[in-house]
Amino acid sequence: MTTFADRQLEEQIAQWRTYVRRRPALHGPDVEELEGHLRDQLVALTEAGLAGEEAFLVAVKRMGSLDALSREFARAHSERLWKQLVMAPDAQEPAKTSHAEILVVLSLAVAAALAIKVPALFGLRIDTGEESFYFRNASLFVLPLLTIYFVWKRGLSVASGLWLALPFAAGAVFANVFPFPKGSDTELLTILHLPIALWMAVGFAYVRGRWFADGGRMNFVRFSGELAIYYVLIALGGGVLTGFTMMMFKAIEMNAEWFVGGWLIPCGATGAVIIGSWLVEAKQSVIENMAPVLTRLFTPLFTLLLLVFLATMAWTGSPINVKREVLIGFDLLLAVVVGLVLYAASARDPQAPPDFFDGLQLLLVVSALVVDGVALAAIAARISEFGFTPNRVAALGENLILLVNLAWSAWLYARFLRHRGSFAVLERWQISYLPVYSVWATLVVVMFPPVFGYR
Amino acid sequence: MDMSKDLVAASATPLVLAILAEGDSYGYAIIKRVTELSGGHLQWTDGMLYPVLHRLERQGHVAAKWSAAQNGRRRKYYRITKEGRAQLAAQRQQWKAVDGTLRGIWMEACTI
Repeated sequence: MTTFADRQLEEQIAQWRTYVRRRPALHGPDVEELEGHLRDQLVALTEAGLAGEEAFLVAVKRMGSLDALSREFARAHSERLWKQLVMAPDAQEPAKTSHAEILVVLSLAVAAALAIKVPALFGLRIDTGEESFYFRNASLFVLPLLTIYFVWKRGLSVASGLWLALPFAAGAVFANVFPFPKGSDTELLTILHLPIALWMAVGFAYVRGRWFADGGRMNFVRFSGELAIYYVLIALGGGVLTGFTMMMFKAIEMNAEWFVGGWLIPCGATGAVIIGSWLVEAKQSVIENMAPVLTRLFTPLFTLLLLVFLATMAWTGSPINVKREVLIGFDLLLAVVVGLVLYAASARDPQAPPDFFDGLQLLLVVSALVVDGVALAAIAARISEFGFTPNRVAALGENLILLVNLAWSAWLYARFLRHRGSFAVLERWQISYLPVYSVWATLVVVMFPPVFGYR
Repeated sequence: MDMSKDLVAASATPLVLAILAEGDSYGYAIIKRVTELSGGHLQWTDGMLYPVLHRLERQGHVAAKWSAAQNGRRRKYYRITKEGRAQLAAQRQQWKAVDGTLRGIWMEACTI
Protein backbone atom coordinates (compact mmCIF):
# COMPACT_ATOMS: atom_id res chain seq x y z
CA MET A 1 0.00 0.00 0.00
CA THR A 2 1.59 3.14 -1.13
CA THR A 3 0.96 6.78 -0.56
CA PHE A 4 0.95 8.52 -3.90
CA ALA A 5 3.04 11.50 -4.84
CA ASP A 6 0.22 12.65 -7.09
CA ARG A 7 -1.60 15.07 -4.80
CA GLN A 8 -4.76 15.06 -6.88
CA LEU A 9 -4.97 11.29 -6.63
CA GLU A 10 -4.56 11.42 -2.86
CA GLU A 11 -7.37 13.97 -2.70
CA GLN A 12 -9.63 11.73 -4.75
CA ILE A 13 -8.87 8.80 -2.47
CA ALA A 14 -9.68 10.94 0.56
CA GLN A 15 -12.98 11.95 -1.01
CA TRP A 16 -13.79 8.34 -1.77
CA ARG A 17 -12.96 7.41 1.82
CA THR A 18 -15.36 10.01 3.29
CA TYR A 19 -18.03 8.84 0.91
CA VAL A 20 -17.61 5.19 1.86
CA ARG A 21 -17.47 6.01 5.59
CA ARG A 22 -20.97 7.41 5.38
CA ARG A 23 -22.29 3.89 4.87
CA PRO A 24 -23.30 2.65 8.31
CA ALA A 25 -22.75 -0.99 7.33
CA LEU A 26 -19.07 -0.30 6.74
CA HIS A 27 -17.09 0.25 9.91
CA GLY A 28 -13.71 1.94 10.26
CA PRO A 29 -11.48 -1.12 9.78
CA ASP A 30 -13.56 -2.25 6.78
CA VAL A 31 -13.02 1.10 5.09
CA GLU A 32 -9.32 0.87 5.87
CA GLU A 33 -9.17 -2.59 4.32
CA LEU A 34 -11.04 -1.45 1.22
CA GLU A 35 -8.81 1.60 0.91
CA GLY A 36 -5.77 -0.64 1.07
CA HIS A 37 -7.22 -2.65 -1.77
CA LEU A 38 -7.91 0.49 -3.79
CA ARG A 39 -4.31 1.65 -3.34
CA ASP A 40 -2.91 -1.73 -4.39
CA GLN A 41 -5.09 -1.63 -7.45
CA LEU A 42 -3.98 1.93 -8.25
CA VAL A 43 -0.31 0.98 -8.02
CA ALA A 44 -0.87 -1.89 -10.45
CA LEU A 45 -2.84 0.29 -12.86
CA THR A 46 -0.37 3.20 -12.87
CA GLU A 47 2.47 0.73 -13.38
CA ALA A 48 0.53 -0.57 -16.37
CA GLY A 49 0.65 2.95 -17.75
CA LEU A 50 -2.67 4.53 -16.81
CA ALA A 51 -2.63 8.16 -15.73
CA GLY A 52 -3.76 9.09 -12.21
CA GLU A 53 -7.34 9.98 -12.89
CA GLU A 54 -7.93 7.14 -15.33
CA ALA A 55 -6.48 4.65 -12.90
CA PHE A 56 -8.70 5.98 -10.14
CA LEU A 57 -11.85 5.60 -12.24
CA VAL A 58 -10.98 2.04 -13.21
CA ALA A 59 -10.08 1.06 -9.65
CA VAL A 60 -13.31 2.48 -8.21
CA LYS A 61 -15.33 0.82 -10.95
CA ARG A 62 -13.74 -2.53 -10.19
CA MET A 63 -14.58 -2.13 -6.51
CA GLY A 64 -18.23 -2.41 -7.51
CA SER A 65 -21.41 -0.55 -6.64
CA LEU A 66 -21.38 0.80 -3.12
CA ASP A 67 -25.04 -0.08 -2.61
CA ALA A 68 -24.44 -3.72 -3.42
CA LEU A 69 -21.27 -3.69 -1.36
CA SER A 70 -22.84 -2.26 1.79
CA ARG A 71 -25.73 -4.68 1.39
CA GLU A 72 -23.29 -7.60 1.35
CA PHE A 73 -21.43 -6.18 4.34
CA ALA A 74 -24.69 -5.81 6.22
CA ARG A 75 -25.52 -9.44 5.46
CA ALA A 76 -22.15 -10.65 6.64
CA HIS A 77 -22.45 -8.62 9.85
CA SER A 78 -26.10 -8.86 10.72
CA GLU A 79 -25.55 -7.33 14.17
CA ARG A 80 -24.82 -4.02 12.46
CA LEU A 81 -28.00 -4.32 10.52
CA TRP A 82 -29.87 -4.47 13.75
CA LYS A 83 -28.78 -1.03 14.87
CA GLN A 84 -29.34 0.86 11.69
CA LEU A 85 -31.43 -0.52 8.94
CA VAL A 86 -28.75 -0.11 6.37
CA MET A 87 -29.95 -2.52 3.74
CA ALA A 88 -30.29 -0.44 0.65
CA PRO A 89 -33.64 -1.54 -0.76
CA ASP A 90 -33.16 -4.77 -2.65
CA ALA A 91 -34.80 -4.75 -6.05
CA GLN A 92 -35.89 -8.37 -5.67
CA GLU A 93 -37.64 -7.90 -2.36
CA PRO A 94 -40.05 -4.98 -2.44
CA ALA A 95 -40.58 -3.79 1.12
CA LYS A 96 -44.06 -4.22 2.50
CA THR A 97 -45.59 -0.80 2.56
CA SER A 98 -45.82 0.56 6.06
CA HIS A 99 -49.43 1.49 5.41
CA ALA A 100 -50.45 -2.12 4.86
CA GLU A 101 -48.33 -3.16 7.83
CA ILE A 102 -50.08 -0.78 10.22
CA LEU A 103 -53.42 -2.18 9.09
CA VAL A 104 -52.31 -5.78 9.62
CA VAL A 105 -50.79 -4.97 13.01
CA LEU A 106 -53.88 -3.12 14.20
CA SER A 107 -56.24 -5.87 13.13
CA LEU A 108 -54.06 -8.53 14.76
CA ALA A 109 -53.86 -6.48 17.97
CA VAL A 110 -57.64 -6.05 18.00
CA ALA A 111 -58.03 -9.76 17.28
CA ALA A 112 -55.73 -10.57 20.22
CA ALA A 113 -57.68 -8.20 22.46
CA LEU A 114 -60.98 -9.77 21.45
CA ALA A 115 -59.69 -13.35 21.57
CA ILE A 116 -59.33 -13.13 25.32
CA LYS A 117 -63.00 -12.18 25.59
CA VAL A 118 -64.22 -15.15 23.50
CA PRO A 119 -64.28 -17.70 26.37
CA ALA A 120 -66.54 -15.31 28.26
CA LEU A 121 -69.21 -15.95 25.61
CA PHE A 122 -69.19 -19.58 26.74
CA GLY A 123 -69.59 -18.73 30.38
CA LEU A 124 -65.93 -18.70 31.41
CA ARG A 125 -65.71 -15.24 32.97
CA ILE A 126 -62.40 -13.86 34.19
CA ASP A 127 -63.88 -12.46 37.36
CA THR A 128 -65.77 -15.54 38.53
CA GLY A 129 -63.13 -17.98 39.64
CA GLU A 130 -62.07 -19.25 36.24
CA GLU A 131 -58.76 -17.38 36.35
CA SER A 132 -56.77 -20.59 36.09
CA PHE A 133 -58.27 -21.30 32.66
CA TYR A 134 -57.08 -17.91 31.48
CA PHE A 135 -53.62 -18.30 32.97
CA ARG A 136 -53.16 -21.77 31.46
CA ASN A 137 -54.17 -20.52 28.02
CA ALA A 138 -52.68 -17.03 28.21
CA SER A 139 -50.02 -17.69 25.57
CA LEU A 140 -52.59 -19.30 23.25
CA PHE A 141 -54.60 -16.09 23.02
CA VAL A 142 -51.76 -14.07 21.63
CA LEU A 143 -48.78 -16.10 20.36
CA PRO A 144 -50.64 -17.60 17.37
CA LEU A 145 -51.55 -14.09 16.25
CA LEU A 146 -47.99 -12.93 16.72
CA THR A 147 -46.89 -15.91 14.58
CA ILE A 148 -49.39 -14.88 11.91
CA TYR A 149 -47.85 -11.41 11.92
CA PHE A 150 -44.39 -12.85 11.22
CA VAL A 151 -45.73 -15.32 8.66
CA TRP A 152 -47.21 -12.33 6.85
CA LYS A 153 -44.24 -10.03 7.36
CA ARG A 154 -41.62 -12.58 6.28
CA GLY A 155 -43.77 -13.79 3.39
CA LEU A 156 -43.92 -17.43 4.46
CA SER A 157 -45.99 -19.83 2.43
CA VAL A 158 -49.42 -20.94 3.65
CA ALA A 159 -48.10 -24.49 3.98
CA SER A 160 -45.38 -23.52 6.47
CA GLY A 161 -47.97 -21.37 8.26
CA LEU A 162 -50.08 -24.48 8.73
CA TRP A 163 -47.09 -26.41 10.07
CA LEU A 164 -46.61 -23.64 12.60
CA ALA A 165 -50.23 -24.07 13.72
CA LEU A 166 -49.41 -27.58 14.95
CA PRO A 167 -47.48 -26.64 18.11
CA PHE A 168 -50.25 -24.24 19.12
CA ALA A 169 -52.91 -26.89 18.63
CA ALA A 170 -50.83 -29.30 20.71
CA GLY A 171 -50.39 -26.58 23.34
CA ALA A 172 -54.14 -26.03 23.50
CA VAL A 173 -54.70 -29.76 23.99
CA PHE A 174 -52.14 -30.20 26.76
CA ALA A 175 -53.23 -27.04 28.57
CA ASN A 176 -56.82 -28.23 28.78
CA VAL A 177 -57.13 -32.03 28.78
CA PHE A 178 -55.49 -32.67 32.14
CA PRO A 179 -57.87 -32.74 35.13
CA PHE A 180 -55.96 -30.29 37.33
CA PRO A 181 -57.46 -29.84 40.79
CA LYS A 182 -57.72 -26.22 41.92
CA GLY A 183 -54.35 -24.65 42.69
CA SER A 184 -52.27 -27.75 41.96
CA ASP A 185 -48.50 -27.51 41.49
CA THR A 186 -48.51 -29.18 38.07
CA GLU A 187 -51.04 -26.65 36.81
CA LEU A 188 -48.78 -23.82 37.92
CA LEU A 189 -45.91 -25.50 36.10
CA THR A 190 -47.99 -25.71 32.91
CA ILE A 191 -48.86 -22.02 33.22
CA LEU A 192 -45.18 -21.11 33.52
CA HIS A 193 -43.75 -23.47 30.91
CA LEU A 194 -46.26 -23.41 28.04
CA PRO A 195 -45.26 -19.90 26.88
CA ILE A 196 -41.57 -20.90 26.86
CA ALA A 197 -42.36 -24.00 24.80
CA LEU A 198 -44.47 -22.05 22.29
CA TRP A 199 -42.05 -19.14 22.01
CA MET A 200 -39.96 -21.43 19.81
CA ALA A 201 -42.80 -21.57 17.25
CA VAL A 202 -42.83 -17.76 17.15
CA GLY A 203 -39.08 -17.93 16.63
CA PHE A 204 -39.50 -20.21 13.64
CA ALA A 205 -41.85 -17.72 12.01
CA TYR A 206 -39.50 -14.88 12.96
CA VAL A 207 -36.48 -16.41 11.23
CA ARG A 208 -38.60 -17.23 8.20
CA GLY A 209 -38.48 -20.94 8.93
CA ARG A 210 -34.72 -20.97 8.36
CA TRP A 211 -33.60 -21.70 11.89
CA PHE A 212 -30.01 -22.44 11.01
CA ALA A 213 -29.37 -19.62 8.53
CA ASP A 214 -26.76 -16.99 9.50
CA GLY A 215 -27.68 -14.67 12.29
CA GLY A 216 -31.40 -15.51 12.33
CA ARG A 217 -31.44 -17.02 15.79
CA MET A 218 -29.34 -14.25 17.29
CA ASN A 219 -31.70 -11.69 15.81
CA PHE A 220 -34.57 -13.56 17.42
CA VAL A 221 -32.78 -13.38 20.77
CA ARG A 222 -32.38 -9.63 20.27
CA PHE A 223 -36.01 -9.35 19.32
CA SER A 224 -37.12 -11.25 22.43
CA GLY A 225 -35.12 -8.98 24.72
CA GLU A 226 -36.34 -5.80 23.08
CA LEU A 227 -39.94 -7.04 23.15
CA ALA A 228 -39.69 -7.74 26.88
CA ILE A 229 -38.45 -4.18 27.45
CA TYR A 230 -41.12 -2.62 25.23
CA TYR A 231 -43.76 -4.72 26.94
CA VAL A 232 -42.72 -3.49 30.36
CA LEU A 233 -42.79 0.10 29.10
CA ILE A 234 -46.25 -0.36 27.60
CA ALA A 235 -47.42 -2.01 30.82
CA LEU A 236 -46.18 0.98 32.83
CA GLY A 237 -48.12 3.31 30.55
CA GLY A 238 -51.13 1.02 30.85
CA GLY A 239 -50.87 1.21 34.64
CA VAL A 240 -51.03 4.99 34.51
CA LEU A 241 -54.02 4.81 32.15
CA THR A 242 -55.75 2.37 34.48
CA GLY A 243 -55.17 4.61 37.49
CA PHE A 244 -56.63 7.60 35.72
CA THR A 245 -59.65 5.62 34.50
CA MET A 246 -60.49 4.55 38.03
CA MET A 247 -59.87 7.97 39.52
CA MET A 248 -61.87 9.96 36.97
CA PHE A 249 -64.95 7.76 36.99
CA LYS A 250 -64.86 7.67 40.75
CA ALA A 251 -65.02 11.46 40.66
CA ILE A 252 -68.44 11.22 39.00
CA GLU A 253 -69.54 8.53 41.45
CA MET A 254 -69.20 5.61 39.04
CA ASN A 255 -67.27 2.40 39.59
CA ALA A 256 -65.16 1.52 36.53
CA GLU A 257 -63.80 -1.67 38.09
CA TRP A 258 -65.77 -4.03 35.81
CA PHE A 259 -64.34 -2.28 32.77
CA VAL A 260 -60.77 -2.11 34.05
CA GLY A 261 -60.66 -5.69 35.33
CA GLY A 262 -62.77 -7.27 32.59
CA TRP A 263 -61.66 -5.35 29.52
CA LEU A 264 -58.86 -2.82 29.87
CA ILE A 265 -56.25 -5.02 31.58
CA PRO A 266 -56.79 -8.38 29.80
CA CYS A 267 -57.35 -6.88 26.34
CA GLY A 268 -54.49 -4.45 26.80
CA ALA A 269 -52.17 -7.21 28.00
CA THR A 270 -52.74 -9.34 24.88
CA GLY A 271 -52.90 -6.52 22.35
CA ALA A 272 -49.70 -5.01 23.73
CA VAL A 273 -47.70 -8.10 22.71
CA ILE A 274 -48.56 -7.51 19.05
CA ILE A 275 -48.06 -3.76 19.23
CA GLY A 276 -44.79 -4.21 21.12
CA SER A 277 -43.50 -6.67 18.50
CA TRP A 278 -44.37 -4.30 15.73
CA LEU A 279 -42.60 -1.45 17.54
CA VAL A 280 -39.47 -3.57 17.93
CA GLU A 281 -39.58 -4.47 14.24
CA ALA A 282 -40.18 -0.89 13.18
CA LYS A 283 -37.82 0.85 15.58
CA GLN A 284 -34.88 -1.50 15.39
CA SER A 285 -33.57 0.82 12.75
CA VAL A 286 -33.98 3.99 14.72
CA ILE A 287 -32.81 3.65 18.29
CA GLU A 288 -30.05 1.91 20.13
CA ASN A 289 -31.00 -1.49 21.55
CA MET A 290 -31.94 -1.37 25.19
CA ALA A 291 -31.16 -4.94 26.20
CA PRO A 292 -27.38 -4.65 25.63
CA VAL A 293 -27.33 -1.30 27.41
CA LEU A 294 -29.02 -2.81 30.45
CA THR A 295 -26.59 -5.73 30.22
CA ARG A 296 -23.60 -3.39 30.39
CA LEU A 297 -25.17 -1.64 33.34
CA PHE A 298 -26.07 -4.69 35.38
CA THR A 299 -23.20 -7.07 34.66
CA PRO A 300 -20.83 -5.27 37.05
CA LEU A 301 -23.56 -4.89 39.67
CA PHE A 302 -24.51 -8.55 39.60
CA THR A 303 -20.86 -9.58 39.69
CA LEU A 304 -20.37 -7.40 42.75
CA LEU A 305 -23.47 -8.86 44.42
CA LEU A 306 -22.32 -12.44 43.87
CA LEU A 307 -18.78 -11.76 45.08
CA VAL A 308 -19.99 -9.96 48.20
CA PHE A 309 -22.45 -12.77 48.86
CA LEU A 310 -19.71 -15.41 48.57
CA ALA A 311 -17.36 -13.41 50.76
CA THR A 312 -20.03 -12.91 53.42
CA MET A 313 -20.90 -16.59 53.40
CA ALA A 314 -17.25 -17.57 53.72
CA TRP A 315 -16.68 -15.02 56.51
CA THR A 316 -19.69 -15.83 58.66
CA GLY A 317 -19.86 -19.51 57.76
CA SER A 318 -23.65 -19.42 57.82
CA PRO A 319 -25.12 -22.15 55.59
CA ILE A 320 -27.90 -21.56 53.06
CA ASN A 321 -31.24 -22.06 54.75
CA VAL A 322 -33.01 -24.44 52.40
CA LYS A 323 -36.61 -23.45 52.04
CA ARG A 324 -39.18 -23.92 49.34
CA GLU A 325 -38.35 -20.73 47.49
CA VAL A 326 -34.57 -21.05 47.68
CA LEU A 327 -34.18 -23.42 44.74
CA ILE A 328 -36.44 -21.31 42.52
CA GLY A 329 -34.58 -18.20 43.63
CA PHE A 330 -31.25 -19.65 42.54
CA ASP A 331 -32.81 -20.82 39.25
CA LEU A 332 -33.86 -17.24 38.60
CA LEU A 333 -30.37 -16.03 39.46
CA LEU A 334 -28.85 -18.41 36.91
CA ALA A 335 -31.46 -17.37 34.32
CA VAL A 336 -30.52 -13.72 34.86
CA VAL A 337 -26.82 -14.53 34.45
CA VAL A 338 -27.51 -16.53 31.26
CA GLY A 339 -29.55 -13.56 30.02
CA LEU A 340 -26.66 -11.17 30.77
CA VAL A 341 -24.23 -13.43 28.89
CA LEU A 342 -26.63 -13.88 25.99
CA TYR A 343 -27.35 -10.18 25.52
CA ALA A 344 -23.74 -9.21 25.97
CA ALA A 345 -22.96 -11.67 23.18
CA SER A 346 -25.77 -10.35 21.01
CA ALA A 347 -24.40 -6.81 21.06
CA ARG A 348 -20.75 -7.67 20.77
CA ASP A 349 -18.72 -7.49 17.61
CA PRO A 350 -17.57 -11.11 17.39
CA GLN A 351 -14.33 -10.06 15.75
CA ALA A 352 -13.21 -7.58 18.38
CA PRO A 353 -10.36 -8.77 20.61
CA PRO A 354 -11.10 -9.58 24.27
CA ASP A 355 -11.44 -6.55 26.52
CA PHE A 356 -12.06 -5.73 30.16
CA PHE A 357 -15.79 -6.36 29.89
CA ASP A 358 -15.22 -9.92 28.69
CA GLY A 359 -13.10 -10.57 31.77
CA LEU A 360 -15.91 -9.20 33.90
CA GLN A 361 -18.37 -11.52 32.17
CA LEU A 362 -16.18 -14.51 32.97
CA LEU A 363 -15.96 -13.40 36.60
CA LEU A 364 -19.76 -13.09 36.69
CA VAL A 365 -20.30 -16.55 35.23
CA VAL A 366 -17.74 -18.22 37.48
CA SER A 367 -19.07 -16.59 40.65
CA ALA A 368 -22.64 -17.54 39.66
CA LEU A 369 -21.46 -21.12 39.19
CA VAL A 370 -19.83 -21.17 42.62
CA VAL A 371 -22.90 -19.69 44.32
CA ASP A 372 -25.17 -22.15 42.58
CA GLY A 373 -22.86 -25.04 43.46
CA VAL A 374 -23.09 -24.12 47.12
CA ALA A 375 -26.88 -23.85 46.92
CA LEU A 376 -27.22 -27.14 45.07
CA ALA A 377 -25.08 -28.94 47.62
CA ALA A 378 -27.29 -27.63 50.40
CA ILE A 379 -30.43 -28.68 48.57
CA ALA A 380 -29.12 -32.11 47.59
CA ALA A 381 -28.30 -32.81 51.21
CA ARG A 382 -31.92 -32.35 52.16
CA ILE A 383 -33.79 -33.52 49.10
CA SER A 384 -34.02 -37.12 50.34
CA GLU A 385 -35.75 -35.76 53.42
CA PHE A 386 -38.30 -33.82 51.35
CA GLY A 387 -38.94 -36.37 48.63
CA PHE A 388 -39.60 -35.44 45.04
CA THR A 389 -42.42 -33.04 44.21
CA PRO A 390 -43.17 -31.73 40.70
CA ASN A 391 -41.96 -28.26 41.67
CA ARG A 392 -38.67 -29.55 42.99
CA VAL A 393 -38.00 -31.76 39.96
CA ALA A 394 -38.81 -28.91 37.58
CA ALA A 395 -36.60 -26.51 39.51
CA LEU A 396 -33.75 -29.01 39.70
CA GLY A 397 -34.01 -29.76 35.97
CA GLU A 398 -33.86 -26.09 35.11
CA ASN A 399 -30.96 -25.58 37.42
CA LEU A 400 -29.08 -28.36 35.69
CA ILE A 401 -29.82 -26.99 32.20
CA LEU A 402 -28.62 -23.51 33.11
CA LEU A 403 -25.63 -24.90 34.99
CA VAL A 404 -24.46 -26.84 31.91
CA ASN A 405 -24.89 -23.77 29.74
CA LEU A 406 -22.90 -21.54 32.12
CA ALA A 407 -20.17 -24.07 32.79
CA TRP A 408 -19.44 -24.47 29.10
CA SER A 409 -19.76 -20.71 28.54
CA ALA A 410 -17.17 -20.14 31.26
CA TRP A 411 -14.82 -22.58 29.55
CA LEU A 412 -15.32 -20.87 26.18
CA TYR A 413 -14.88 -17.41 27.74
CA ALA A 414 -11.65 -18.52 29.37
CA ARG A 415 -10.35 -19.88 26.04
CA PHE A 416 -11.36 -16.68 24.29
CA LEU A 417 -9.64 -14.50 26.88
CA ARG A 418 -6.41 -16.49 26.47
CA HIS A 419 -6.68 -16.08 22.67
CA ARG A 420 -7.23 -19.79 22.24
CA GLY A 421 -10.63 -19.53 20.58
CA SER A 422 -12.83 -16.99 18.88
CA PHE A 423 -15.86 -15.27 20.34
CA ALA A 424 -17.97 -16.65 17.52
CA VAL A 425 -17.73 -20.09 19.16
CA LEU A 426 -19.29 -18.76 22.36
CA GLU A 427 -22.02 -17.02 20.38
CA ARG A 428 -22.72 -20.24 18.49
CA TRP A 429 -22.87 -22.23 21.74
CA GLN A 430 -25.40 -19.81 23.21
CA ILE A 431 -27.70 -19.88 20.19
CA SER A 432 -27.50 -23.61 19.60
CA TYR A 433 -28.50 -24.07 23.26
CA LEU A 434 -31.79 -22.17 22.76
CA PRO A 435 -33.91 -25.21 21.76
CA VAL A 436 -32.91 -26.97 25.00
CA TYR A 437 -35.04 -24.53 27.02
CA SER A 438 -37.99 -25.10 24.75
CA VAL A 439 -37.66 -28.88 24.79
CA TRP A 440 -37.46 -28.93 28.57
CA ALA A 441 -40.51 -26.64 28.86
CA THR A 442 -42.42 -28.93 26.50
CA LEU A 443 -41.42 -31.91 28.62
CA VAL A 444 -42.73 -30.20 31.76
CA VAL A 445 -46.06 -29.36 30.09
CA VAL A 446 -46.59 -32.77 28.51
CA MET A 447 -45.08 -35.23 30.99
CA PHE A 448 -45.20 -33.72 34.46
CA PRO A 449 -48.98 -33.62 35.10
CA PRO A 450 -49.62 -37.32 34.39
CA VAL A 451 -46.33 -38.47 35.95
CA PHE A 452 -47.04 -36.65 39.21
CA GLY A 453 -50.74 -37.53 39.24
CA TYR A 454 -51.89 -33.88 38.68
CA ARG A 455 -50.66 -32.90 42.12
CA MET B 1 -17.25 -15.75 -21.12
CA ASP B 2 -19.87 -14.22 -18.86
CA MET B 3 -20.38 -16.39 -15.84
CA SER B 4 -23.69 -16.35 -14.00
CA LYS B 5 -23.75 -14.38 -10.75
CA ASP B 6 -24.97 -17.35 -8.72
CA LEU B 7 -22.17 -19.57 -9.92
CA VAL B 8 -19.57 -16.93 -9.09
CA ALA B 9 -21.07 -16.49 -5.63
CA ALA B 10 -21.23 -20.24 -4.98
CA SER B 11 -17.64 -20.82 -6.01
CA ALA B 12 -16.31 -17.92 -3.94
CA THR B 13 -16.03 -19.79 -0.62
CA PRO B 14 -14.13 -22.87 -1.83
CA LEU B 15 -11.91 -20.71 -4.02
CA VAL B 16 -10.96 -18.33 -1.22
CA LEU B 17 -10.36 -21.21 1.18
CA ALA B 18 -8.26 -23.06 -1.38
CA ILE B 19 -6.13 -19.99 -2.06
CA LEU B 20 -5.61 -19.43 1.67
CA ALA B 21 -4.68 -23.11 2.01
CA GLU B 22 -1.70 -22.30 -0.26
CA GLY B 23 -0.55 -19.71 2.26
CA ASP B 24 -1.64 -16.62 4.19
CA SER B 25 -2.77 -13.78 2.00
CA TYR B 26 -4.70 -10.49 1.82
CA GLY B 27 -7.62 -9.25 -0.24
CA TYR B 28 -5.91 -7.76 -3.25
CA ALA B 29 -3.53 -10.70 -3.64
CA ILE B 30 -6.41 -13.18 -3.40
CA ILE B 31 -8.25 -11.48 -6.24
CA LYS B 32 -5.11 -11.40 -8.34
CA ARG B 33 -4.65 -15.11 -7.73
CA VAL B 34 -8.26 -15.82 -8.74
CA THR B 35 -7.82 -13.97 -12.05
CA GLU B 36 -4.54 -15.79 -12.61
CA LEU B 37 -5.99 -19.24 -11.85
CA SER B 38 -9.08 -18.79 -13.99
CA GLY B 39 -7.20 -17.28 -16.91
CA GLY B 40 -9.38 -14.19 -16.55
CA HIS B 41 -12.66 -16.08 -16.91
CA LEU B 42 -13.64 -15.53 -13.31
CA GLN B 43 -14.04 -11.78 -12.81
CA TRP B 44 -15.03 -10.72 -9.33
CA THR B 45 -16.29 -7.33 -8.40
CA ASP B 46 -13.33 -6.52 -6.16
CA GLY B 47 -15.24 -5.22 -3.17
CA MET B 48 -17.42 -8.31 -2.92
CA LEU B 49 -14.49 -10.41 -1.77
CA TYR B 50 -14.39 -8.64 1.59
CA PRO B 51 -17.87 -9.57 2.83
CA VAL B 52 -17.03 -13.16 1.86
CA LEU B 53 -13.80 -13.02 3.87
CA HIS B 54 -15.56 -11.46 6.86
CA ARG B 55 -18.27 -14.09 6.79
CA LEU B 56 -15.63 -16.84 6.72
CA GLU B 57 -13.86 -15.16 9.61
CA ARG B 58 -17.07 -15.07 11.57
CA GLN B 59 -17.75 -18.72 10.91
CA GLY B 60 -14.27 -19.46 12.18
CA HIS B 61 -13.01 -20.81 8.85
CA VAL B 62 -10.33 -18.17 8.55
CA ALA B 63 -8.53 -15.99 11.08
CA ALA B 64 -7.42 -12.44 10.38
CA LYS B 65 -4.60 -10.28 11.64
CA TRP B 66 -3.59 -6.71 10.89
CA SER B 67 0.08 -6.41 10.04
CA ALA B 68 2.08 -3.31 9.33
CA ALA B 69 3.05 -2.79 5.70
CA GLN B 70 5.21 -0.05 4.26
CA ASN B 71 4.53 3.64 4.96
CA GLY B 72 2.92 2.99 8.33
CA ARG B 73 -0.21 1.66 6.69
CA ARG B 74 -1.45 -1.70 7.77
CA ARG B 75 -2.88 -4.61 5.91
CA LYS B 76 -5.30 -7.33 7.01
CA TYR B 77 -3.89 -10.80 6.44
CA TYR B 78 -6.06 -13.89 6.41
CA ARG B 79 -5.05 -17.40 7.46
CA ILE B 80 -7.07 -20.59 7.05
CA THR B 81 -7.99 -22.38 10.32
CA LYS B 82 -8.41 -26.07 11.11
CA GLU B 83 -12.19 -25.69 10.72
CA GLY B 84 -11.58 -23.92 7.43
CA ARG B 85 -9.57 -26.85 6.12
CA ALA B 86 -12.36 -29.24 7.11
CA GLN B 87 -14.85 -26.97 5.37
CA LEU B 88 -12.66 -26.87 2.28
CA ALA B 89 -12.51 -30.68 2.19
CA ALA B 90 -16.30 -30.87 2.51
CA GLN B 91 -16.82 -28.32 -0.27
CA ARG B 92 -14.36 -30.16 -2.44
CA GLN B 93 -16.43 -33.33 -2.12
CA GLN B 94 -19.57 -31.43 -3.08
CA TRP B 95 -17.99 -29.79 -6.12
CA LYS B 96 -16.54 -33.12 -7.19
CA ALA B 97 -20.03 -34.62 -7.09
CA VAL B 98 -21.47 -31.78 -9.19
CA ASP B 99 -18.55 -31.90 -11.60
CA GLY B 100 -18.78 -35.70 -11.94
CA THR B 101 -22.50 -35.57 -12.62
CA LEU B 102 -22.17 -32.89 -15.28
CA ARG B 103 -19.26 -34.67 -16.94
CA GLY B 104 -21.26 -37.89 -17.02
CA ILE B 105 -24.22 -36.38 -18.80
CA TRP B 106 -22.05 -34.37 -21.20
CA MET B 107 -20.03 -37.43 -22.14
CA GLU B 108 -23.26 -39.23 -22.95
CA ALA B 109 -24.44 -36.29 -25.00
CA CYS B 110 -21.18 -36.47 -26.99
CA THR B 111 -21.47 -40.18 -27.81
CA ILE B 112 -25.02 -39.98 -29.10
